[in-house]
Amino acid sequence: MFTETPFIRKKKRHEIIAKCFFGGMAAAMVIPLFLIVGYIVVQGAPALSWEFLTENPRSGGAKGGIWAAIVGTFYIVFFSLAFSAPIGVLAAVYLNEYATENWFTRIVNLAVVNLAGVPSIVHGLFGVGAFVYFANFNNGKKSIIAAALTLAVMTLPVIIASTKEALSAVPRQFREACWNVGATRWQTIWKIVLPNSISGILTGVILQVSRTAGETAPVMLTGVATYKLLDSTGLFLYHPITDQCMALSMHLYYIATQANNVPPATPYAIATVLIGVVLIVNAAAIAFRVYLRSRKKW
Amino acid sequence: MPSPTTAAVPPAAAPVLPRARRGTAALLTERVIEALVYLCGISAIVFVFGIFFFVFKEGAPMLGKLDFTEFFFSKNWIPTSSVQPQYGIGALIVGTLSVTFLAMAIAVPFGLGAAIFVSEFCTGKTKETLKIVIELLAAIPSVVWGFIGLSVMSPVIIAVFHVPVGVNLFNAAILLALMSVPIMVSIGEDALKAVPDSYREAGIALGATRWQLIYRVLLPAAKNGLLAAVLLGVGRAIGETMAVLMATGHAVNIPGSIFDPVRTLTATIAAELGETSHGSPHYQVLFLIGVVLFSITFVVNLAADFIVKGIRKK
Repeated sequence: MFTETPFIRKKKRHEIIAKCFFGGMAAAMVIPLFLIVGYIVVQGAPALSWEFLTENPRSGGAKGGIWAAIVGTFYIVFFSLAFSAPIGVLAAVYLNEYATENWFTRIVNLAVVNLAGVPSIVHGLFGVGAFVYFANFNNGKKSIIAAALTLAVMTLPVIIASTKEALSAVPRQFREACWNVGATRWQTIWKIVLPNSISGILTGVILQVSRTAGETAPVMLTGVATYKLLDSTGLFLYHPITDQCMALSMHLYYIATQANNVPPATPYAIATVLIGVVLIVNAAAIAFRVYLRSRKKW
Repeated sequence: MPSPTTAAVPPAAAPVLPRARRGTAALLTERVIEALVYLCGISAIVFVFGIFFFVFKEGAPMLGKLDFTEFFFSKNWIPTSSVQPQYGIGALIVGTLSVTFLAMAIAVPFGLGAAIFVSEFCTGKTKETLKIVIELLAAIPSVVWGFIGLSVMSPVIIAVFHVPVGVNLFNAAILLALMSVPIMVSIGEDALKAVPDSYREAGIALGATRWQLIYRVLLPAAKNGLLAAVLLGVGRAIGETMAVLMATGHAVNIPGSIFDPVRTLTATIAAELGETSHGSPHYQVLFLIGVVLFSITFVVNLAADFIVKGIRKK
């Protein structure tokens, strides 16, 4: 048998020290997350109730609930994904199924990367210039549609990237088999490629729901008002083109920095709702991904 | 992995068999759909140019009236003065750079350390769990981070460091560090994964300890990918808006210490655009700041992309 020489002992010691060192660095990033999220939830819990979620705000946000903000966020997420998901998926289909390797494709790919890196506030300025004033949906005023389109442009590159990954995971033989029985390119994509990659595509789109719901800077410039109530009975009373709306993210900013006489628990409760939405959506996407990976057919 | 280009070429049809012709309608549908797919395909290019065009267009009328030395280097940002408005973004640039720099000073060691930990020390379930947690860290909205800075970190900083204001450079830098770590970990981990296992085995066979393996073998081999990871983190930190708006203290100021409040380019746009009227000089200058920001992040992202592509080619 080998005996432990001092050299081996030193190596083992180094191994443990290195593991602790790098593990500590990872922990230093992860543990604050749990502490902070836990703190916010504990602080916000007393204010959270069914009424808080389903009542309109009153007295400038100091009293009442956040119903209008929830509906507004839903509107923005829905309309923005209604634009970005189809365009993003088709763009990825182009890049993965149609485009050949040439300078033009390289430029398209470069544009996708750069679009993803544009700061959100610059997207907001673009939305003001292009959708509020140039497209002029609402006579030079902010509108839900302008905010949704701005966010659609913002989420587009991420949807393209995740869809491309899902498409390229479909084995080439699937396509070849389909071509060999005489299907056209689009028939192959529609009947074979998309059904086999739909899970990956959906995961990518779902992740954008949480991103869109949390985005603040672009929508505050293009379509979100600090205080715009729904009728207390109404569900679908925002008009997407001529109305501005409230949004959860903006409501948190407004309550935390500008509103007066707000009970201290209220901003924590809004933050809890926002974190809850994001975590639920992301956890759903991750669970979906794990589930689908386990039943992959190839 | 099958390359996308080879996958996209349909095989040549066997010429001997008599072929049933496709209907005109079917062929037409095919062409229409192809055109639609192509249009969506180039949308990214259209939007990148569109962003530059529209942001520049709104700010352009101010170009002739602005003294550029003053614009970039003066620290007097007094856009709302009725007597003599002054548009110097020097202090704002310094604010953005100082927050970004301090954030990176915190995030780079921790982010790369975490990437090394995930890639080299974790296996199986631990690795999956840690990656999921880091993904969730990336998903927390920036306005929530800003709120954390404002109401959780600020009192802590006042109590620990005995400074008069808690919303300052240091506060925002910590938030930005936490926000940019996830992208560094995921890109950095990819870079480390790309280092062939034979390198590690050779190192271990020579009797290297883990430290030596990491510093002498892995870091040099993965340095381009890690640099790209850092650059993407920098890009994210420069462009971040809500967190810095809420946590920097938002005072136009050249910081003398890390506990001074500052103001960044992004936060200035977010805070002031709503109060300007369409077409006023102040409004136009804010769009010019947008052009500056767009250019900075464009260069940073382009650099990161070229570095990443360079690795793939190798």
